[in-house]
Formats: sequence, C-alpha cells, structure tokens
Amino acid sequence: MSDIVPFVVFTLQAAVRAGTPLLFAVLGDILTERSGVMNLGIEGLMLVGAISGFVASYSTGNLFLAIVVAMLAGAALGLVHAFFTISLRVNQIVSGLAITMLGTGISGLWGKGYVGVVAQRFTPMRIPLLSDIPYIGTIFFNHSLLVYISYICVPLLWLFVYKTKYGMTLRAVGEAPEAADSRGINVFAVRYFYTVLGCSITAIGGAYLSLAYNSMWIENMTAGRGWIAIALVLFATWDPVKALFGAYLFGGVTALGFRLQAIGADIPTDFLRMLPYLLTVVVLIFTSTEKLRLRVGAPATLGIPYSREEKT
Amino acid sequence: MLEMKDIAKSFPGVKAVDDVSFVLKSGEVHTLLGENGAGKTTLMNILFGIYRQDSGEILIDGKHVKISSPHNAIAHGIGMVQQHFTLVPSFTVAENTVLGLRELGVFPRTGRVERRIRELGDTYGLKVDPDARAWTLSVGEKQRVEILKILYTGAKILILDEPTAVLVPHETRALFDALRKMKEADTSVVFISHKLDEVMQISDRITVLRKGLAVDTVDKKATTKAALAKMMVGRDLLVDVPRTDVETGSKILEVKNLRVNDDRGLTAVNDISFTVRAGEVLGIAGVEGNGQRELAECIYGMRKPLNGKVFIDGQDITRTPVRKRVQLGLSFIPQDRKGMAISPNLSVEENLFAKNYATQSVPSHPLLSNRTGVSTASRKLVRDFSIVTPSEKTRAKYLSGGNIQKVVLARELSSSPKAVIAAQPTRGLDVGAMEFVYKTLLEQKKKGAAVLLLAGDLDELFRLADRVAVIYGGKLVGYASPDSSNREKIGLMMSGASGAGDEA
Ligand SMILES: Nc1ncnc2c1ncn2[C@@H]1O[C@H](COP(=O)(O)OP(=O)(O)O)[C@@H](O)[C@H]1O
Ligand SMILES: [Mg+2]
Repeated sequence: MSDIVPFVVFTLQAAVRAGTPLLFAVLGDILTERSGVMNLGIEGLMLVGAISGFVASYSTGNLFLAIVVAMLAGAALGLVHAFFTISLRVNQIVSGLAITMLGTGISGLWGKGYVGVVAQRFTPMRIPLLSDIPYIGTIFFNHSLLVYISYICVPLLWLFVYKTKYGMTLRAVGEAPEAADSRGINVFAVRYFYTVLGCSITAIGGAYLSLAYNSMWIENMTAGRGWIAIALVLFATWDPVKALFGAYLFGGVTALGFRLQAIGADIPTDFLRMLPYLLTVVVLIFTSTEKLRLRVGAPATLGIPYSREEKT
Repeated sequence: MLEMKDIAKSFPGVKAVDDVSFVLKSGEVHTLLGENGAGKTTLMNILFGIYRQDSGEILIDGKHVKISSPHNAIAHGIGMVQQHFTLVPSFTVAENTVLGLRELGVFPRTGRVERRIRELGDTYGLKVDPDARAWTLSVGEKQRVEILKILYTGAKILILDEPTAVLVPHETRALFDALRKMKEADTSVVFISHKLDEVMQISDRITVLRKGLAVDTVDKKATTKAALAKMMVGRDLLVDVPRTDVETGSKILEVKNLRVNDDRGLTAVNDISFTVRAGEVLGIAGVEGNGQRELAECIYGMRKPLNGKVFIDGQDITRTPVRKRVQLGLSFIPQDRKGMAISPNLSVEENLFAKNYATQSVPSHPLLSNRTGVSTASRKLVRDFSIVTPSEKTRAKYLSGGNIQKVVLARELSSSPKAVIAAQPTRGLDVGAMEFVYKTLLEQKKKGAAVLLLAGDLDELFRLADRVAVIYGGKLVGYASPDSSNREKIGLMMSGASGAGDEA
C-alpha cells in the first residue's frame, strides 16, 4: 500500500511533463481561434517548432535562441496561414490541413541529418522552497524552465483575454466582426496579429518536445498531439485556465499508460494509445452545445472569412 | 453641414447608387425613403465607411473628407445603427458601448460607463440595463443599446437604417420621442424607412431614392403621403387587392398543444393550438423571434415537437416525415429564402423541381431525373409565374429577391397544395413582387387551400388574413379581426401587453 503514494506522485509529475507541450499548443490556438481563425495546422506547427528549435540549439548551444527560432518558425507558418485565410479567404480547414502537411514535410526533410544527434537541452530545475513542499513540490516544481514559463503564461493570458481592452477587442473580432468593424476596429489586422502570435506560441509546444521532453529529434515526434490540442481548445471553451486542466488531464492519461506498462500491468498497448483519442471524442460530445457556446462567448465566426462588402 | 456629392457605387451587375447627392443640415431629421433595393443602405454604408464609393465626394462643414472605414466615420462624429445589429453577444451592454473606444484603459473599468449609460438612457428615454449581456436582450432593447452606443461617443450625425422594422407601435413612438430630443440637442438624424406613415410623423425633409437614383428632396410640410408614394414606386401605389370572401370548408390544418424548442434548447413554441379551414387564411402576427420560425418548421416536419400534435385533413402527421407531408399536400414558403427555400448554387430549373422526388409532378425514374420533362415543365412555370431569369439553367442566386421568391412560390404552389405555410413571404421584396405574392396566396385561398401566414407587417395581415392571431413569447396571446381599427390593440399584444385580445 505504501507503494501507491509515490506511484501517484510520479504519475502526476509525468502528467505535467506530458501536458506541457499540449498546453503551449492550446494556449497559442486559443488566441488564434478567439480571433475567428480556425487552425488545423497545429500538428505541423509543433513539428516545425520541434525541429527548428532543435537545430538552433544544436548549432548555437543557446537555448534562449532556440526558443526564439522555434517561435519565428511558427510565426512564419502562421503568416502563411493568415495570408491564405484572411487575405485570400481560402477555406480555413483546407489551409490548416495544408499547414500540417507542409510542416510535417519540412520537419521530416530538415530533420534527416539530426536524427540521433545530441543538442543542448532544458534540464529540470528545482525551485528553492517550493520544491520542498511534500508531494506538490515534486509534482509541480521539479521541472524544466519551459514548464515554469507555461505556468506563468496561463494566468497572464487569462487576464489578457478577459480583463484587458486588447482581449476585449480580440473576443469581439471573433464573436461579431461586424460589431468590431463598426466600432472602428481593424478586423484584418487583429486576425493577422493573433494568428501569427498564436502559431508562434504553439511552436514552443513542439520545441518543448525536442528540447526537454524527448531531448532529441525524432521524425513525427508530435505523434498526434496537435490533433488532441485542437479538441482541447474546445474542451477548454477558449479559456486559458481550463486549458491547463485539460492539458494535464490528457498528459495524465498518456503518463498513466506508460506507468502502468512500466509496472507490468496487463493492458494492451493499443488500448493505451487509443485512450487520448477516445477521451477527445467524449470531450467533443460534451462541449458542443449551443447554449454553452453563447455563454462563454465562443468565436461564432470561427472558420468564416470576413469581408465588409460580401453579401450574405 | 454634411454633403454627399454625386456619389456612385456599383456591385457586380447592379448600379446600387447612381450619382446621388444628399445634404444633411444640423439638427434635422432627414428621411431616406425608397423601396427595397433602392440603394438607401448602400448610400449610408458609404457615409459610414463600410463601402467605398466608386466616385463622388463627401464634405463636412465645407471641407472634403475621406471616409474609408467606420473608424474614420466615428472620428468625424458619424454613427450608424445598421439594419442587422452589431452587438457582441457575450458582452454586457456597457462593454458593447465602449468597445473600440480610445478612452478605454488597458484594464477597462465599466463602472463609470454604466453610470453614463443610465444618464443617457434617462435623458433620451432609452432605458436599458448596462449590466445585461447582449444575447439576453429583446430586439427593442438591442436597438436602444445600438443608439446609446452612438450617443455615448458624442456623435453629431446619427444614421438609423430601417429602425422601425423590428419595433411594435409603442416602441416606435418611444424611438421618435428620443429622436426629437436628439434634434433639440442639435444632432442630425438620417432616418431610413419605406413606411410612409412614420416618415410623415418624424421627418423634417425627405429624400426619395428609386433604383439607385435620387428622385427628389422635399420638405415634409410641402408634401403628402400620396405624392411620396408616387415618387417612391414611380407609379400610383398598388390598389388594394380585393379580399374575396370564400366559403370556408372543413378543417384542413390543425395544431394541438404544440410545444417546440429552438436551436438553443429553449422553449420557443409554448402550447399553441389552432385550426385553419379550407379557403381560409389565418394570419399569425408577431415580432420576429417569438417562435414563428420554430412553429412553421415544426408543422412542416423539420423540427420535432416536444409535445402536441399536428393534423392535416384529420390525419395525425406529428411523426410523419417531410416527404410524406409533401405528398399529403403540405407546402412551405420559408422565411429564410437563400438558406432554406432555395439552393443558391443550383439552377432555377433544379430549384423548381427540387421536390419532384416526392411530388412526381414530372414523372421520373426513382434514381434518374427526367431531364427533358423537367426542362419543359420549368419553362412553363417560368412563364406562368413570370420569373425574370436569363434562362432556366441560371444559378438561382443570381436572381433578384423578388424572382427568387417567385421560384419558391412556383415550386410550392403549382402542385395545388391543401395547406400552405407562408413565413414572412414578402420580406425584403419590392412593391411589385409583393403584389405578386399577395395575388398568388389569395389564389390559393380561392382554390380552397388552408393558408397559414406568419408576418410582422400588419398591413400585410390586414390585406390577406381572415383572422389574425398574435404570437408573443411562443404563445398565442389572442385573436383579433383583421381590421385597421385593431392596429393599436394588435400592436400591444405583439409587445406582450397581455389580455388585450378576444378569445378565439
Ligand atoms: N454587398 C453587396 N453586394 C452585391 N450587391 C449589393 C450589395 N449590397 C447591396 N447590393 C445591391 O444593391 C442594390 C441596393 O441595395 P440596398 O442599398 O441594400 O437597398 P435598400 O437599403 O434601399 O433596400 C440592390 O440591388 C442590392 O441587391
Ligand atoms: Mg436597406
């Protein structure tokens, strides 16, 4: 019985570790979707973030630079998505899927020479005092720097989205672009900005994988996390705080699978691998009611390009 | 103080505004009068920076200004309440009011804003709760918020695009009171409408538009309703379509204790019962959004009732699929013309025979359509219903609103239905097309169909209906005979002041 406590603690710690890449991806996508732009390119963005961060770290040894490079790479792809969907008004689903394919392709090609090499990586840092709290310390305060950054991002983004005038503008643009436009807000500029910013944050999620979680480059290392992130955005109803819980919940499911296997539980691996997706389906069923969407101010124009003169 | 000079604007295929000039003096209520499609909205959208004019210029206080976005317009003290409201549903009234304003700090505080909204509301008689979320407001309240939003910015020019279209008579009176107070405060108002009574009540000057051209600008004092009507339509207004009295027959359409939810899962139709007999038109009067849509869709079979029954000719069809209902002689003219009534990207011909699978009015193989049969039949329908279209193969979306509605009428009524549900059948149509719709519906009545007419326009109901029931908040709150002397009474019932009507 005494085994159970460390088991739970380590599983929870692993949940945070496994949840962090999802968290970055979801936080980024919340910004993009709040502005009314749907992004199915997360998987590709994370892969590009992972490889570009890894390459930067490998060639410069500077982790700060690595994150900046990953963000720039994400922003560049985000700019492509923004140009297609906002300026050319291409179908957002199609453009998003193209970004995923593009990102997968680029990262695979670019990463050929980096398989098996070792680069500078983020190592766990114990936070003084906090990490001494029993259980909590181990679960939350014995991680790499990126995890701590994600902790800070959550309340900051929450404040930003719900309490600042910029957040108000952002929500208005996604929910009722004509309303924003008639108040003199530049809908196109706002959508461009948050699509690019969101994509660059999403890319950090990928960099976390190659620089902290796996600490190496593996082709297709995101393994479907991008798709789970898309479902999580809905689950979180575009709310950064709920995104935290969602990301750790899914991280926990993944972690639990590995743990159970490690202690030799007799569960088919296929079932464990299926679990996150199963949960995704369940989550989607419970979060797609109309009333809920109105309450939380869902970006009602998600997927719909805006044009002043277009007749509907 | 404001002048629009030789403004022109074309959209693909139409010259929406054709060299129109327009002068707005300070402190006047200036009406833009014109039929649907005359270009009123387009002209004002140009002034508010939503559209860019192809040519022409705008002067304020004698100085040229370039208005290329609503942002510019607001900076010049111009505010506009658009036909479709522009509120953010999840925001409060106060948040909607300050959205986008420069005065907003990084962390907006709404306390002061709320106080100011209350003050403005008191001054102009436009009361709203500043703390309420926009999606919970009624249509009348939403409009008050839209106006307050503009007054809040201190605009000196207020444009109202068909504000009374969504209001019941006493709300209209309150709006006019507010407009008069704004005039006293030296605010200029551009009031867009096509309802002559209102125009004569509130305007100082009137500019009439027809087919994108400015016909004339006249002083209210120097004109009459008849003169305006003639300018507006270019000929004398339609003679009253005589309401032929038809012997009513047996009960055709019967609805018992119907209860239906809307898309949000809230009760939209609450325990409604009525009967329509053969050769009778039952009008259901109501402000939009009081359950009309859900009621119509439920009777037609597109929405499941929670409770209650629907009968046609005595047969219970509550659980019958739409296809079967069509075969039993039920027809539907939906209010959402481009979304539901037609398929915009299919041809006129395909739209005309979209129901052929059920009606077999042109006998066809179950899997293959009878191309030649359909072509011949649709040429005849296009002729009979005088649908103006380049050809039967033209995509339906390229037709004008009136002609699209004719396609719908042709499809729904050429099969001699037993019962017709017509939801807002003339909304957005010009007078000519309206006349056509009235004539066609009255023909159905003469042929002995039971017609259920859902409408907000009382004139339309008075013209067509044999009985009028009023719907409010999903309930039938009373009946009245379709008579102009009942206008006020029906208006009150439509706004929820209950107990005013007769029992059925
Ligand atoms: N965004 C648009 N795209 C294409 N055609 C338009 C657009 N807006 C208006 N029109 C056309 O311009 C004409 C004038 O329309 P509008 O200004 O809305 O008239 P009104 O407000 O007087 O009813 C109509 O024929 C209409 O179909
Ligand atoms: Mg209009």
